[in-house]
Amino acid sequence: MFRLPQELKPRSVSDGESAKAEALAYPEAKRHWIARWTAATMVCLLAVVMLGATPGSRFDKLGHEMMCACGCGQILLECNHVGCPDSDRMIGELRQQISGGGTDAAVLNWFVAKYGPPILAAPIRGGFDNVAWITPMAVFLFAIVGTGFLVVIWKRRTRGAAVTVAGALDAATADAMRERIRRETEY
Amino acid sequence: MPSHPMPEFGWFSLLLALGLSCYTFVFGSVALWRTRRRVGVAVDDGSGRLGETARRAGIASFIVLSCAAFALVWAAFTNDYSVSYILHHTNRALNPAYKFAALWSGQEGSLLLWAWLLSMYGFVLRVRHKVDVRLSAFASTILAGIQIFFLLLLNFAAPPFSIQPGPVAADGFGLNPLLQYPEMVMHPPLLYLGYVGFSVPFAFALGALMMRYPGEKWIHITRRWTMVTWLFLTCGIFMGAHWAYSVLGWGGYWGWDPVENASLMPWLTGTAFLHSVMMQEKRGMMKNWNVWLIFSTFMLTILGTLLTRSGIVSSVHAFAQSDIGNWFYGFIIVIFAVCLFTFFKNRDHLKSENRLESLVSRESSFLFNNLILLVACFTVLWGTLFPILSEYVQGSKVTMGAPFYNRVNIPIGVFLLFLTGIGPMLAWRSTSLRSMRRSFVLPVVAMVVALVTMLSVGLRPWNAGDDARATWFSLITFTLAAGVITAIAAEFLRGAAVVRTQTGKNLAASTVLLVRRNTRRYGGYLVHFGIVVLFIGIAGGAFNQSSEQEMGYRDQMTLGPFRLVCQSFTQDSNPNYDTEYALLDVYKYGKKITQLAPERRFYKASQTSSTIVALHSTLESDLYVIYEGRNPDTDKPIIKVFINPLMNWIWIGVLIVVLGTLLALVPNMARSAARARAELEPPVAEVHHV
Repeated sequence: MFRLPQELKPRSVSDGESAKAEALAYPEAKRHWIARWTAATMVCLLAVVMLGATPGSRFDKLGHEMMCACGCGQILLECNHVGCPDSDRMIGELRQQISGGGTDAAVLNWFVAKYGPPILAAPIRGGFDNVAWITPMAVFLFAIVGTGFLVVIWKRRTRGAAVTVAGALDAATADAMRERIRRETEY
Repeated sequence: MPSHPMPEFGWFSLLLALGLSCYTFVFGSVALWRTRRRVGVAVDDGSGRLGETARRAGIASFIVLSCAAFALVWAAFTNDYSVSYILHHTNRALNPAYKFAALWSGQEGSLLLWAWLLSMYGFVLRVRHKVDVRLSAFASTILAGIQIFFLLLLNFAAPPFSIQPGPVAADGFGLNPLLQYPEMVMHPPLLYLGYVGFSVPFAFALGALMMRYPGEKWIHITRRWTMVTWLFLTCGIFMGAHWAYSVLGWGGYWGWDPVENASLMPWLTGTAFLHSVMMQEKRGMMKNWNVWLIFSTFMLTILGTLLTRSGIVSSVHAFAQSDIGNWFYGFIIVIFAVCLFTFFKNRDHLKSENRLESLVSRESSFLFNNLILLVACFTVLWGTLFPILSEYVQGSKVTMGAPFYNRVNIPIGVFLLFLTGIGPMLAWRSTSLRSMRRSFVLPVVAMVVALVTMLSVGLRPWNAGDDARATWFSLITFTLAAGVITAIAAEFLRGAAVVRTQTGKNLAASTVLLVRRNTRRYGGYLVHFGIVVLFIGIAGGAFNQSSEQEMGYRDQMTLGPFRLVCQSFTQDSNPNYDTEYALLDVYKYGKKITQLAPERRFYKASQTSSTIVALHSTLESDLYVIYEGRNPDTDKPIIKVFINPLMNWIWIGVLIVVLGTLLALVPNMARSAARARAELEPPVAEVHHV
């Protein structure tokens, strides 16, 4: 259990101060104490979570960005055909290219030059390939924003209509309506 | 010329089925046309009787198509290699269960299965026509139209009873080894039951629109059809995923292959339809939207079939390329034109009775849920068709593999998971701030606790290097899952507490009573819970590990907490296949837990090989062991091992989804009890007067 520090504990009436001042002092002290502990907790939490960074493997990363050329439709490092005519050679080439010191882009370009664009597991060459990525995201954002916009417009229209109707209803009709709504909308 | 009685019987059955379907379609249409403006007027001009003969012809088409399917299965069991299809898809040594499965293992057979299932659905619909005679007549006629298309294919484009020219072969070429697995006996029929089943709600929706059906009764009629169909499709998709996981031996269950995508697309739109149709039922809203959702779902099932069979996209398990793609193009165009024409002709019938009143309401959450499901569907369709577009624009095809889909669909999936949690918490029309606070406090607390726990046990995406994206996905999924599960549990508990107060029963009995009173609602919650469990399982994929090693006698391999020791490796043979396997003792933290025997088979008839994966499954993780083959230099087997965390959660999640759907299909106790009470009790007005 955490204990309040002595200086932050609420002062008692016997200290000679007015009850009003005490009432003001207590929440302020408590707020300070909570803020301090929250900050300390956050620092500890950040310290804990930032520990233990692990470097990724380039071989694994690049090997998962390419397809096997044998036509099995599998990622290069996941191709498991016995006697696959391509995967072993390609994995060897990948190791060679990485050890040659080329950047990720250079390694991938080397494979594209040798095997053609379908060797990449996803379209990442830039240009028209970007359309593949942008379109779904654009549709996603457009759908979210568009729906939100539509709901707001509908809501405005409905509010105008609702005021007119509500004004015309007496209490008994409103109760009956409410009951009907409750019944009809229960699922 | 030798005689082939069974194949000829099959041919004749197919021709007869085509004739009967044409009769149902033509005379059903005539009967409906003649009575179009005289609904409710009793004029006996024979239209009713004509319609009845059309209905009966539809029923007979099921019997005749059953005969055709029987003829093909019979040919498989009797090794009738005069039939080209049987020659290419079976062999003498094939297990009888797989001989039966040969019915759907090739293009022609699977089209026959499609036509037979469609006629079976049509049979049920026509037998139950008294639910609504006129609407059923419309639906029956539309189904007959679809049936004609498939029977034309079977009779002229892809006949399953073609006779192989020349002398009859002594043995067949065998079934694709990948299909020789128990789940393959179940997966395609279930998938087809789902695909074909969407024809029924489509036919009802189109029929209701054509006849300007008053009210929303057609939705009540089709609700069960849609749910059952959706259930079949769900089971089919996940059984396929389980098959891929257990047989293909690459450690995964979903490869975003075009054929897999083809099954996912109608599932996504069908799920959207199941949600948005509730808005039409309850509030008379989104009628246009719903009609187009079910139209799209049906057209996507046809598009999926087109993608699978036409060869326009390359897929490892697409059927052989053929020219039947042109038939499907024509069919999709006709269907689209009919839908469009009917919609524009009757769109004034689809006016919404209400409008959305608040952004924070059940309706709004359904709307967003629908859009997200459609965006997901669009993404899958986009990824499937982009290689064709790229070839057209850039002159070169590109591959749209798992990295593309995973990257694009993860945010969509996470948002959908979020909506799964908050949607059911919101009230219809509008949700007050107070009500939101009451509903959301517990889930938010659960999410915070889950987040802190995950961080403190080491799930830190910023430290994950190249796996950062997957780790972020896992962290967000686990956090959201905690919130959604808490929200669902709170709903159950809140309802059960009210029932307990009313009845004095204990909490468990109250929960059961609560569920029985509103099976649809709580079945739906159970389905959502299953989806959350499934997402947790998918998120576990971020922590997969794998290792590969040559393993001779007493050689060891260590991966994570597991240690594998090779006890032996040997060969065996039976009439169907030769096999090689290794026996591996598995130790976890030094204690022996099991022995696994990964296997590789070489099928003699088809001259192809396949892997039989050895699995040790627990709730925590799967130990997945593959026999990759032998190193020709050392003659030692090459063993690949995966640790797939939380894999079982996916299958458990699907099981919960199935149970939830079945529960939602059970009639409410309250409704039947109320009906019984209403019959026994005097009217309320009379009681007051007394």
